Amino acid sequence: MTADRAALGVALPLARPPRSLWGDAWRQFRSHRLALAGSFVLAVLVLGTLVGPYIYRVPTNDIDFTRVLSGPSLEHPFGTDELGRDILARALQGGRVSIAVGIAAVSVGITLGVLIGAIAGFFARADGPLMRLTDMFISLPDLPLLLLVIMLFRDSLRGLLGPVTGIFVLIVVLIGALNWMGVARLVRAAFLSLKQREFVVAARVVGASDGRLISHHILPNALGPVIVSATIGVGGAIITESALSFLGLGFPPGEPTWGRLLFEAQSHLDTAPHFAIFPGLLISLTVLSINYIGDGLRDALDPRRTP
Amino acid sequence: MGRYILRRLIISVPTLMGISLIIFVILALAPGDPLSQFANNPEVPIEVRERVRTSLGLDDPVHVRYVKWVSQLMQGDLGYSFATRSSVTGLILQRLPNTLAILGVAFVIGVALAIPIGILSAVKRYSLFDHSATTIAFIGFSVPSFFTGLVLILIFSVNLRWFPFIYDSTVVVRDLPSLAAQVRQSIMPIAILTLIYAATTMRYVRAEMLENMPQDYVRTARAKGLGSGTVVRRHVLRNSLIPVITLVALGIPNIFTGAVITEQIFSVPGIGHLLILSISTADTPVVMAVTFIFAVLVVVFNLVADVLYAVADPRIRYS
Repeated sequence: MTADRAALGVALPLARPPRSLWGDAWRQFRSHRLALAGSFVLAVLVLGTLVGPYIYRVPTNDIDFTRVLSGPSLEHPFGTDELGRDILARALQGGRVSIAVGIAAVSVGITLGVLIGAIAGFFARADGPLMRLTDMFISLPDLPLLLLVIMLFRDSLRGLLGPVTGIFVLIVVLIGALNWMGVARLVRAAFLSLKQREFVVAARVVGASDGRLISHHILPNALGPVIVSATIGVGGAIITESALSFLGLGFPPGEPTWGRLLFEAQSHLDTAPHFAIFPGLLISLTVLSINYIGDGLRDALDPRRTP
Repeated sequence: MGRYILRRLIISVPTLMGISLIIFVILALAPGDPLSQFANNPEVPIEVRERVRTSLGLDDPVHVRYVKWVSQLMQGDLGYSFATRSSVTGLILQRLPNTLAILGVAFVIGVALAIPIGILSAVKRYSLFDHSATTIAFIGFSVPSFFTGLVLILIFSVNLRWFPFIYDSTVVVRDLPSLAAQVRQSIMPIAILTLIYAATTMRYVRAEMLENMPQDYVRTARAKGLGSGTVVRRHVLRNSLIPVITLVALGIPNIFTGAVITEQIFSVPGIGHLLILSISTADTPVVMAVTFIFAVLVVVFNLVADVLYAVADPRIRYS
């Protein structure tokens, strides 16, 4: 082939390496400076909460009444709380839980959303009822409902799975169960337009089963918006979990998630502002970087915007 | 138009039924029979308990209980609070105006800020104004409201001592000083909610304007000699606001989430504050009723948004 063309004297632009969808997306993402900065900040925060406690070896539950609510110092960079415990150590430990809740809840939500959206978009008979269900879930007031369910089921799950695992599972499942609607709509819309396309019809003619059509041919082409929505969803789930803890209805006192720290800091605002500011900044920075990453991904994965 | 509104009203009935069913099923599945706390109280003699159980219909099959509950709901009877023994409807009606007032003022200010800022950002894309506006909006919708609230308290209550950080519900507006007190204590809760609404709405307005500006019809309008102000106002803006209405409507549940948190931070005696209070005392009838009221509000505001959509978009026919 190459030889033929060379014989014909056609100059080939061989210097340019082959371009792939993901390569293009990465190039586009790199040009979004704020998204890159967001990825860097998020990487630091995630690594900090994962590795931090092994490097910064100050105990999280060391009660010391001689240094209650003291401001930031060399010994305690984030200061101490109302029992003299080190806030940095607690924030590092709590951040793990906050981030883990965010990722786990979004996994639940995305799984539900992709499943429901794919069924509604692929099987015309299921479309009507499933979309009615989606519309109804969109009208649900999520925070009040979350609070109602947590109030009713907290104690029995605590008894079943232990105080931390129980509430973790409850919060993750609930946030996931209340946040799949956007993804379901995106996936359904993508399925409706993709299933009529030639490559899908061709695959069907060759004898591909419904399951194979969905998982190998249609779904991979519908993933772009799902990835963006998942990214932003992690930020939203972290805010929801923090809001629950901030209202005193999330994790138990032993688990210093960022929202829980803010809840404890609320009553000491006048004497110890550092207590509220550091955990609050951590939540805000995390969500801000996640949202900037989502913004960059949206530009990168939307083929219409790629020049 | 009247028929369109009626049709939309009828469509929202199944949604409300579905939501009531969800809330009821959650309660029916909950361990410990939360609705019959009073009827299970061991201090009450067995005969009385039995009578209470029968009168409340607690021994009926689940579907009968659901039908009874819904028919009571429709008559405006939300039961009695375990904690205060007063009627839940009364408790909610007493607090609902506070919530709606703060939400309403914040919503109006937020949208009034968001539309001009969004337009200017889109028209002067990549200018200093655009960069600052989009950055502030991005921060506004990324930073959680409970942290914004605490920061505002730190700055304006603790350091500057301008505004009180506890909302005093006994203030009755009678004269100028009491009006001033009411305004001062409402500024911070309203400011937080305004920031959230303005930030999200501004982003939608800007994105939709940018989507519309390069379109052919805009070029046509310019080509026939209209000034750029007229083109933006009469052509681009009108088309851009239609999807914005839908997007704002989809965010309505979040508006109420913000209200719950804001009321809690400043102890504003609204229904969000009532919700948290009743959860801490395990006052199930109140929690259930407030959750349902929030759902009703979401459905009602969605309806309003749909009607506005029909007003804004002449292509929608009311048939």
